[in-house]
Amino acid sequence: MSRIKEKFAELVAKKEKALIAYIMVGYPNEKTTMTAIRGLIKGGTDIIELGFPFSDPLADGPVIQNASMISLDNGIKINRFFNIVKKIRKETDIPLVLMTYTNILYHKGYPKFIAESKKAGIDGFILPDMSIEESKEYLASAKNRADTIFLVSPNTTKSRIERIAKSSSGFLYLVAVYGTTGVKTGIQNYTIKAIKEVKKITKGKIPVGVGFGVSTPNDVKKYINAGADAVIVGSAFLKLIEKTPHNKLELDITAFTKSLKRQTVKK
Amino acid sequence: MKYPKDGKFGEFGGKYIPETLVPAIEELEENYLKFKDNKDFKKELDYYLKQYAGRPTPLYYAKNLSEKCGGAKIYLKREDLLHGGAHKINNTLGQALLAKKMNKKRIIAETGAGQHGVATAMACAVLGMKSEVYMGYKDTIRQKLNVYRMNMLGSKVHPVKSGSKTLKDAINEAIRDWITNVESTYYLLGSAVGPHPYPVMVRDFQSVIGEEIKVQMKKISNKTPDIVIACVGGGSNAIGTFYPLVDTNAEIIGVEAAGKGLKSKYHSATLSAGSKGVLHGMMTYLLQDEEGQITETHSISACIFDVD
Repeated sequence: MSRIKEKFAELVAKKEKALIAYIMVGYPNEKTTMTAIRGLIKGGTDIIELGFPFSDPLADGPVIQNASMISLDNGIKINRFFNIVKKIRKETDIPLVLMTYTNILYHKGYPKFIAESKKAGIDGFILPDMSIEESKEYLASAKNRADTIFLVSPNTTKSRIERIAKSSSGFLYLVAVYGTTGVKTGIQNYTIKAIKEVKKITKGKIPVGVGFGVSTPNDVKKYINAGADAVIVGSAFLKLIEKTPHNKLELDITAFTKSLKRQTVKK
Repeated sequence: MKYPKDGKFGEFGGKYIPETLVPAIEELEENYLKFKDNKDFKKELDYYLKQYAGRPTPLYYAKNLSEKCGGAKIYLKREDLLHGGAHKINNTLGQALLAKKMNKKRIIAETGAGQHGVATAMACAVLGMKSEVYMGYKDTIRQKLNVYRMNMLGSKVHPVKSGSKTLKDAINEAIRDWITNVESTYYLLGSAVGPHPYPVMVRDFQSVIGEEIKVQMKKISNKTPDIVIACVGGGSNAIGTFYPLVDTNAEIIGVEAAGKGLKSKYHSATLSAGSKGVLHGMMTYLLQDEEGQITETHSISACIFDVD
């Protein structure tokens, strides 16, 4: 069983939902990344998504775009990224998911990239521009090695959700809003409807995580109440990293993480 | 014209897109298939191509150039004489008309030097539709005149300050807008790029160039051309010229911008010096570094000097 599946099983036993945190590796530098991760773990994050920067992040809003640029300018390369993952692995057993764009994997070759990621300690992948139509080689390369987390959207049809869920492992990522990452639109009725719909279609066969624009404890609460098995918070953490001096960062991240995590635990 | 059902040209093309765009792409494909051979649609498009854009364009015998070169008889297909000054309007009229049939209220487009943006603004103006154009910030300065023209035609121009502030970033930003406004908005792509069915649509709407060449050449010399040459940037004029002539004996030559040389980093020869990769929704040849990060293209098409 993969670390991600084990984590969800453990949470089900504890009657908790998952808090998934995203950070861009190397933003604004490597030292900060390590500090932030320690804060996330102390605050009770269940799964960590590690962003690897891509020059053209077309599904991302301004916050992650900016973080990608800075991370690239800081010289974050694939090998350095894997070294950071190995460092994280020395400190924790938490599930780690790599989020980047298709070309990064394609360029190195899916089997090679996935094998190296696995060796470094990565448990799964999220590629926002990978459609199921184009996923044959990716899926074959990841089989029994890593979880493939696909995305669905509030406008995805029922039959397509079924197909995508079949190709997904670990969890299914439901994009909360029409837009890029980090957009702030408030809780939309169509999102709540989509959570219920996707949960119904997937029949509990795979956990459903909700992300894009999730930034406050209230967002977490609303989505969990609607039936989400996990929530994904990204841009809000990057903003916190941006404005917090390094000596306070671990404490502040821990506190913010706790405030989010609390909403995933049934009282 | 051949229609690739899965959207693939060999291993190229395809649909590498965020899931939110899938229903939009499916709706687009469905409507394109419905209208592309529809008599009334073709008649209406033909009317605008003739009366508004100025088709057919002359196939001009470049006598002086031919004599100077001393070899072949050289003919120039004068797409520059179209309304707006570029072949781009062939495609924008086709797609804008399609968008109108699809009841889309808002059109967005990307533009590099501004030609496609201007052609989009022109097509939308004549069809009474709203348009907004994403243009790299650097290009809005280098091609200020085209920004004025778009504004005059009623189009709103968004200068894009992300990434390299040029065409590829304008495409990224247009796609982000599309993801956000997916129901109301039609994305009018100008190059032979993007997810299926865009490359096919652009090819089909631009094929009027090659079709006319065939007819005109036949009249002039009772045969098809021996050699056809086109410049290749985004590929729309090239595919429109080449595609109808692919099955003839014509030798087909595409010319890419070598800039300061293919060994330098300053060129835009993606086919000659690039490698395979995934960007903007498709598998294609790209300029990228050893890790798959997309590198900047260099071209003097927008301006001969650089802007920071």
